[in-house]
Amino acid sequence: MEVDLRATLDRHGRLDVPAATLADDADLYAAGLDSLAIVNIMLAIEETFQVEFPDSLLSRQSFSSIASLERIIRQLQSESV
Amino acid sequence: MDATPSYLEQLIAGGLLLPTGVAGLYGRSQIFERVVEAIDALVTRTGGGDGAEVLRFPPGLSRRDFEDSEYLKSFPQLAGTVHSFCGDERAHREVLRCIEVGEDWTRDQAATDIVLTPAACYPVYPVLARRGALPEAGYLIDVQSYCFRHEPSLEPTRMQMFRMREYVRIGTPEQVTGFRALWLERGEALVRTLALPHIVDVANDPFFGRAGRVLADSQRVQKLKFELLIPVNSTAQPTACLSFNYHMDHFGQIWKLAGRDGATAHTACVGFGLERTALALFRHHGFEPAHWPSPVQSVLWPSA
Repeated sequence: MEVDLRATLDRHGRLDVPAATLADDADLYAAGLDSLAIVNIMLAIEETFQVEFPDSLLSRQSFSSIASLERIIRQLQSESV
Repeated sequence: MDATPSYLEQLIAGGLLLPTGVAGLYGRSQIFERVVEAIDALVTRTGGGDGAEVLRFPPGLSRRDFEDSEYLKSFPQLAGTVHSFCGDERAHREVLRCIEVGEDWTRDQAATDIVLTPAACYPVYPVLARRGALPEAGYLIDVQSYCFRHEPSLEPTRMQMFRMREYVRIGTPEQVTGFRALWLERGEALVRTLALPHIVDVANDPFFGRAGRVLADSQRVQKLKFELLIPVNSTAQPTACLSFNYHMDHFGQIWKLAGRDGATAHTACVGFGLERTALALFRHHGFEPAHWPSPVQSVLWPSA
């Protein structure tokens, strides 16, 4: 999943640096993530990982780090099983 | 059934607003316009000493600039495009026939190169970007326009066509955030002189869809938008009459607005809802400005 998630961030995040160089807990906003890129990342994650973000997770916090996104994807995948 | 007339019904009965049959589209009476003009002039007296460049646009944007603005990414539901008949004589006869029998006549209407202005500052950015690199002091622009937002409502404070007066600041992050802080103070002081109850609160724009929830949350967490709210239709849901917006480098990036050093410009604007502020005055001080508290009259009509 890590590889897929970083690839998604590279493709849609418009980050200043390659996602591979970012630690799991690095602040994605500090790395250049902006609001409109969040939208594209959300849609790409939903498609890649076959999940749907519930309203409660549609927050700035959810997209703040790779670790946070991984946690959410795992949680949503386990719920949908 | 609730027999108390709504505020909209009172405004219409009092002759201040003239109904057109479309929710959110009203004519304005002479008294209403006199108040709107006085608020507009009061804003000028408050900010006019800063040396803003005055620009006025008709309430339309070039479609190309509108597309570039990314408005459709965030607010597709509010946008209004201007369409016009582009058919031949046969199509014309068909239009007339459809109207005659009450069928849809709009099939041969095609999009023109004009989109209705969604916020008064939208035409400003592309025009300034075409001037080249920003001057050292950045830009301070005074703009006012009728705006359109497709959100039919029976609340008189939510019109589909209304006027927005703005000061827009374009420059370094320091210049722009300083401007917004100054206007947060000035805006509140101005409303206080009008003897209107109010609060200032963090706010978000009505971004479209699920992704819009992230944008709205993001806007709030970063405190990018504040509104000055006045109870008009209800106390529980006061109306945003002024807004103070920091766009960070959003418009700077889109329009490639940059200083001589190449740094992307940041932008902010303070917006005055002219009709909304007028409606707040009519709500709190009555429908007859001649009977408003004399300090309020002196603020609005200092030479009277």
